[in-house]
Amino acid sequence: MNAPKKQLVLTNRVGIPDSHTLAVYQKTGGYSKALSKTFSQTPDGVIEEVKNSGLRGRGGAGFACGMKWSFVPKNTGKPTYLCVNADESEPGTFKDRLLLEKDPHQLIEGIIIACYAINCHTAYIYIRGEFDLSYKRIHKAIEEAYAQGILGKNVLGKNYALNVYIHRGAGAYICGEETALLESIEEGKGQPRIKPPFPAVVGLFGCPTIINNVETLSALPFILSEGATAYKKWGTEKSPGTKLFSVSGHIQKPGVYELPLGYSLKKLIEENCGGMTAGKKLKAVIPGGSSVPILTAKDVETMMLDYESAIAHGSMLGSGGVIVMNEDVDMVWALKNLTRFYAHESCGQCTPCREGTGWVDKILYRMLHEGGTNEDLNLLTDISHNMMGKTICVLADAMAMPVLSYIKKFPDDFRNHFRRTGSSPRAKVI
Amino acid sequence: MILEITSGEQEVLPGPRLFNMAKIKLKIDDREIEAEAGTTVLEAAKAVGIEIPHYCYHPGLSIDGNCRMCLVEIEKIPKPVISCHTRVAEGMVVKTQTENVKKMRNSVMEFLLINHPLDCPTCDQAGECRLQDYYMQYDRIASRFAEEKVHKNKMVDLGAGVMLDQERCIACSRCVRFCNEVSKTGELVLANRGDHVTITTFPGKKLSNPYAGNVVDICPVGALTSNEFRFKKRVWFLSKTESVCTGCSRGCAIEIHFEASKVYRLIPRFNPQVNSYWMCDEGRHGFHFVNENRILKPTKNGVEISASMAISYLAGEIKNLSPASLGIVAHATLSNEVLSILKELGTSLGTQVFFSRNEPHNPLSDHFLMTKDKNPNQMGINHMGFKPLSELTQGQSLIVINGLSKKDGELVTQKKAKVIALFSANESELSKNCSLVFPIPTFAEQNGHFTNGDGLVQAFKAAFKPRGESKEIGVYLHMLLAQLEDKKPRVAFGI
Repeated sequence: MNAPKKQLVLTNRVGIPDSHTLAVYQKTGGYSKALSKTFSQTPDGVIEEVKNSGLRGRGGAGFACGMKWSFVPKNTGKPTYLCVNADESEPGTFKDRLLLEKDPHQLIEGIIIACYAINCHTAYIYIRGEFDLSYKRIHKAIEEAYAQGILGKNVLGKNYALNVYIHRGAGAYICGEETALLESIEEGKGQPRIKPPFPAVVGLFGCPTIINNVETLSALPFILSEGATAYKKWGTEKSPGTKLFSVSGHIQKPGVYELPLGYSLKKLIEENCGGMTAGKKLKAVIPGGSSVPILTAKDVETMMLDYESAIAHGSMLGSGGVIVMNEDVDMVWALKNLTRFYAHESCGQCTPCREGTGWVDKILYRMLHEGGTNEDLNLLTDISHNMMGKTICVLADAMAMPVLSYIKKFPDDFRNHFRRTGSSPRAKVI
Repeated sequence: MILEITSGEQEVLPGPRLFNMAKIKLKIDDREIEAEAGTTVLEAAKAVGIEIPHYCYHPGLSIDGNCRMCLVEIEKIPKPVISCHTRVAEGMVVKTQTENVKKMRNSVMEFLLINHPLDCPTCDQAGECRLQDYYMQYDRIASRFAEEKVHKNKMVDLGAGVMLDQERCIACSRCVRFCNEVSKTGELVLANRGDHVTITTFPGKKLSNPYAGNVVDICPVGALTSNEFRFKKRVWFLSKTESVCTGCSRGCAIEIHFEASKVYRLIPRFNPQVNSYWMCDEGRHGFHFVNENRILKPTKNGVEISASMAISYLAGEIKNLSPASLGIVAHATLSNEVLSILKELGTSLGTQVFFSRNEPHNPLSDHFLMTKDKNPNQMGINHMGFKPLSELTQGQSLIVINGLSKKDGELVTQKKAKVIALFSANESELSKNCSLVFPIPTFAEQNGHFTNGDGLVQAFKAAFKPRGESKEIGVYLHMLLAQLEDKKPRVAFGI
């Protein structure tokens, strides 16, 4: 599959000066065809169109978007809410930031479409606190939209009211987890809720709530204006459409790339990103943000950037945050970097995550500074298994999966940190 | 008036009670059981005697699901689920004893203990600590933790007599939920994240609600301890007796924890009709009169004498008085049994029976458990027709049982009435001035019943024998009536 010369769904306006303004957005086809098509059909019709497009959630889990919307119960007598997850804080991921900074109106149009489909009149944008320019741009865009009658009591003169509010996060990674995000909007401590009930049934303020990622919603204007079939032109059968990949690490041209799903990871690194820096060899790639299992250079050869291929390679597509590492990287050091992050960001609610993240981090610290043993590797593996699938949210899994995959795929790096004397430091303690 | 007798012994299952709910059939560990719809797996298991270990679950609080100790396996569900939050469903097959479940429990125990200090020898919770209990029951594996533990503040005075050791806390959030849901004061919060999470109050604020003592009871570990109780007694030395709180007319079901005729603490006992799982701090701390300031021997004009001597003095005095010039003053803190004996005595002697009562002191009454009436048995007094002391005639001679309130004392002086004998457990101004004083036991030393403000009759049991030479009222009166030969009792008192 060839890279499209022109990026076609999400990043069309990225190169245009003042692309974040309403004037440029409208000049380039915004707020017209997609919305008129939306309002000309029933909400169920819109859901059907999105289902047909095969659009999958771009926040990380890849759940079918139209399917998620259809879980909203009807006639509950309660309002329905849409929460836009703009709390992009997965290490290595910076795609939503681009959309918020360069094309905030595209997101607003997507919000209007989603709200109409799920019969919602209030949307909250939960934006990461550190996103300053993004916040200013989306804030300004909402003001412009209200002034033009695109938001408010009558959206585009239609008998449909929609208010959009922005809620700025306070720097917690866990608030990107959808139920923690709801807690945070409700002014509680950012801690995930027990499921079930799922937010589609009992969500924000106890009402049915849909939480969608910025990238997911930004794809809606295209899907509605050009149709599901046009969207499905890209991608694979099970992973249709395009996706943003934020590439960082030891490559010539880091940045955000819009690619059709199913694109070759090797090609992305070697062609789009201009290959490795300083002529170094590729060692490892995190394909979907720091929480997913790591890939070796050998895996990269065959890996395609779609949900199915990622799983077949023992990893996940996640948020599309691609982190490329060269041969100089010590994987123990890299993993320690990540575990520090998860130990710091664990909300502290569930026992396995609260205690396990810190424990793993301390073991890796000791391995790096005092040296470890083979027992430590077994311990790390066992702790990771004890953490996985036993907690309210998946933050524990998000740390356990990298730990397991780093140990499995780069055992030599860990052996390099074994103590030469061979005596276990634990023997002294006990 | 509906009178019900409750022994407080019934096994009442926690959880939502839904009427007319269909029974659901499920299997737990190969046992076919029935449970009401809406019950959780943990509760359904408990009802048939299958104990699923848990820390954060408490039947009186909302479900938080954070400790992960109650993870079980359910057929057709790929991941293990927490049994405290999972509702029973028809045909469900629950497994609580598989190798996988055991391994999960081991791992949760290991996680909980890695940062938990090895304080047990100096920890007040030792002996009633869930970490100790579950370690012995489900874990018993040596720690693999070789790193430095997280250190936190070990002595935080939260207020209201509650001391926090942050290192011992397992962040189960029971105390936080108690303050949010039961006392509705919300002083406590879990601050910080990860393994640095700690219980704390908001800056500049203290734990200050009249029910704060309950957080010590519900803390499954030694994180929250009571300033009043800590370091006083190892819990394994304590015996327990079911009793009823004497602090007010609510009559909360309690347990007396004691050793060698000394009460160390009162804790609430579950009674869904009265106090659920809770009690107020005023009641909780209201046991010191059992231990301190006691009258232990009968006295005449301050000189210790034998009980039979004292009784014959009293009989002599009574013989010289006409029935109309004698009066008996009962107290609204006495049991129904004592009150009925006094009533019978009044009838057989032909004298009037009055009552005195603890005066209400504000503002300690509220929407929840505390009432304005600070007497445990005012209702018993009312039912048996004791007269208020204001109906006293000038110059009457009085036999007072369990003291007089300040107001009633003034009334007695004003009416020039004379207290000829006092039966009391504790020393007071009155006991110092009264010529004949008889020691009687407190509620902790006798069996009896109180009728609470809602008309519910509840039994309390003797924790230990009456202290010193104190005797139950019935014993004294039996001796007295034997001496008043011409005034034989119409009934034999059941002593």
